[in-house]
Amino acid sequence: MAQRSRSEEADRIRHLLETEGEAVHAQASVSNARRYRTYGETDDLESLRTEARSIKEGAIDRLPDLIDTVREAVEANGGTVYVADDAADANAYVSDVVDTQISEYGVAGDDETPSVVKSKSMTTEEIDLNDALEANNIDVTETDLGEWVLQVADDTPSHIVGPAMHLSRAEIAELFNDQFDPDEPFETAEELTRFARGHLGERIREADVGITGANFVVADSGTITLVTNEGNARKCAVTPDTHVAIAGVEKLIPTLADLEPFVDLIAKSATGQPISQYVTMLSPPTDSPTLDFDAPAASITDGGGSTDEPAGDDGREGGRDFHLVLLDNGRLDMREDDQLRETLYCIRCGACSNSCANFHAVGGHGFGGETYSGGIATGWEAGVHGQESAAEFNDLCTGCSRCVDACPVKIDIPWINTVVRDRINASGDYAASDFLVDGLTPDLEPGGIDRGKRFFGNIGTVAKAASATAPVSNWLANAEPVRALLERMLGIDRRRDLPSFRRTSLVDWFRSRGGSDASRRRAKRAAIRSEAAIDREVVLYPDVYTNYVDTNRGRAAVRTLEALGVPVRVPDLPESGRAALSQGMISTADRQASRLHAALVEEIDAGRDVVVIEPSDLAAIHREYERLLPEESFERLRTNSYEICEYVYGLLENGADPDILSTGDGEEQVAYHSHCQQRTLDLEAPTVAVLERCGYATETSAAECCGMAGSFGYKREYYELSIDVGERLASQVEDAPTVVASGTSCGDQLETLLERDVSHPVELLAPTDT
Amino acid sequence: MTVDTVGRFERALEGLEVGLERVPAADASGRIETIAQGPVVGTPLPFEGVSLPDSVRTEPTPAELEAARTGITPVRFAIAEYGTVAIESTADGTEPIALYPDRHVAVVAERDVVPDLSAGFERLADGFDEGRTSVVFATGRSATADMGELVHGVHGPGDVHVIVLEDR
Ligand code: SF4
Repeated sequence: MAQRSRSEEADRIRHLLETEGEAVHAQASVSNARRYRTYGETDDLESLRTEARSIKEGAIDRLPDLIDTVREAVEANGGTVYVADDAADANAYVSDVVDTQISEYGVAGDDETPSVVKSKSMTTEEIDLNDALEANNIDVTETDLGEWVLQVADDTPSHIVGPAMHLSRAEIAELFNDQFDPDEPFETAEELTRFARGHLGERIREADVGITGANFVVADSGTITLVTNEGNARKCAVTPDTHVAIAGVEKLIPTLADLEPFVDLIAKSATGQPISQYVTMLSPPTDSPTLDFDAPAASITDGGGSTDEPAGDDGREGGRDFHLVLLDNGRLDMREDDQLRETLYCIRCGACSNSCANFHAVGGHGFGGETYSGGIATGWEAGVHGQESAAEFNDLCTGCSRCVDACPVKIDIPWINTVVRDRINASGDYAASDFLVDGLTPDLEPGGIDRGKRFFGNIGTVAKAASATAPVSNWLANAEPVRALLERMLGIDRRRDLPSFRRTSLVDWFRSRGGSDASRRRAKRAAIRSEAAIDREVVLYPDVYTNYVDTNRGRAAVRTLEALGVPVRVPDLPESGRAALSQGMISTADRQASRLHAALVEEIDAGRDVVVIEPSDLAAIHREYERLLPEESFERLRTNSYEICEYVYGLLENGADPDILSTGDGEEQVAYHSHCQQRTLDLEAPTVAVLERCGYATETSAAECCGMAGSFGYKREYYELSIDVGERLASQVEDAPTVVASGTSCGDQLETLLERDVSHPVELLAPTDT
Repeated sequence: MTVDTVGRFERALEGLEVGLERVPAADASGRIETIAQGPVVGTPLPFEGVSLPDSVRTEPTPAELEAARTGITPVRFAIAEYGTVAIESTADGTEPIALYPDRHVAVVAERDVVPDLSAGFERLADGFDEGRTSVVFATGRSATADMGELVHGVHGPGDVHVIVLEDR
């Protein structure tokens, strides 16, 4: 693989942070905020999303049928359908269409060179259509303003929906002043837009062929749906004599009725508008007259176009010719791939990019491949351009899962990223056996994985060893020569504070204070005192960090539960597989999931509730285990496991007395950062509710992510990006006297940036003595 | 509809900075005359008792279309929920006339203002059944943020007026 070295990658990211991040963040975060608002105002949002997804599932399932159906429909209307195997095939076909148009009707406009106007289409970006046409001596003009700016700048799109999002108004003005040398230099967006309207209007009037993409294609009526705000797609489609629509085969949906949820959703997810300005449903060739600006004296309704024949004669109604090019280019193989298939449900709204903190920081030039960008780009690039293109940026997905709630068709984007990462791991060429990490990595992975990944993927074993030798291991790990080695061998940035391992793990501490028998006695005493009748028992899951690093939050959780009358057990339990998953080590995670299931199932059988402190481990159990365990086992674990504050909330709701806990006076300001996966699981609200019931005035953070997400922020190539993202969060919470966070990484990140203690909410709540 | 669908339509349009006027069919021509800025092109209005003002050029040439400042077209139906008008592609040029000039005046019969998108899709499906299969849902004014800020009137109209015929 032609992969960049860590330091090259770090340089590239630093450069993008400086040059493009700000402009991307400015626009993408506004769209994201508007999406939240519009989603919030849409009563039937969930049913729309479910419906949209199920339509896509059905359509991809019967895709070959739909191709036949649309062919019949379009041909019955007098148009042509061409299914192109790959980029070369599609490009050759389109060139051919242009040549035929020219040889039959001559070149439109004053120019000798045939010309094409295009409306924004990622699919034509994917096949590099412009280059292919230009190689055939055909002029191509992009008419979407953003795409046109890129064409003038000789740049590439950085966002699925806002292709020129990385350029500021000032940069565009400078570019245009250079290129077009206007009498009065352009300054405002208004002036730039007016100029573009005039310039592009002329190109459209003189074009021989109009090319558009298609957001959806209704198979049984042959209807192309174009969703735009500018109106250029309409102009490209209805002005020239010939219209070519190019769409990936996945854009087919069965009937007109299936279109409705998508029309309702696409603008909401993309920009947060209730609906786009123009939703054009064309079943071409349309009745609309073609506009022959070369013959300005004849009425547009005269049968139109450059043909003198009356409508309908040669299959060209109103002189218009229509071609639908359906592109395969790997999509039919994706359809057969159980893990990548979901990618085909994507409606390219860009909501996943807008909800992604890493995307905001570096834009699609960092977080993107040859064509596509953002979280879902991994699936698209792996499918249409191959794994190598996906490998370039796949690690920028931290699996934070914030895109999961954003996606209008409920694609599990983080899972696609995990799967592709796993496949990339398997194709790596690192030494299969590695002296540095071998003893620490009892994983199941085949050789060839990046050693940093193996190290972090096996962090549980590392932590256990480090704890057994603490404090020597901590002292050693922070010694300069060791940091240098860790950086060189594992890519762990030396600027990052390493976790400090405790000699006494949570499990040891719990055992030393009398284990479950003592816990039962304590809980019973508390229950008698408070007269609460709560009859539950808890198994507290000692995740790697809680067990070896952040034992205080584990102790606080135990004390809190006991004080509320609930006896606790803290057995030594297997790893959840979260660490392995985040490195794309699926078979290791799979084995760990089975082990944890086996260990917990007996506890659940005995009527105990599983309580988890670290949200990312809970997310593994509640989300990813669906992919790793048999359905029944998954359901069982999911319904019987809870997040710690969610559980406390449940206890308070069932009569436990909050006054037993450490309470505030109602005035005490607390800034709370939930955790990305915890928010995706809708578990932010219970923590807020508990804090408020215990007398804390809680303010929640709006930033999507802390930028740490597990091992991500430790990696040298991502250190600065992680800090950039973290600063957005830190600036939101810095004024509060107390800051709490549910996730280990979030807490670490905030502690570094704010230079003060950031604990888990349960540490705030825990009674001081029991 | 017992709820005030036209009122809802009007509020949605307000948010889009599109004006709405309710007029009796008899007064429509006069109102159009005042709103339209010349040169004006249009397609014939299929509502009983409503005709286009004399100054409106129907069946324009491409040159007239390009030069026009206002385009007047009927719309088949409107969707109150989003402030959407449904413009059909017809042989008399409704689509380009609604699209090219900077000002679009859309005329709709009150009974054709439907409450929400679902009702709009029902009307759309009826049209498809009758062979009218090319329709644009236009909502507000053409817009772009690609030049760094939101600007209206890019490729399509930057100014839209809706006339609701209250007795049609
Ligand atoms: S994956 Fe979902 S959110 Fe992302 S672009 Fe596709 S449809 Fe939109």
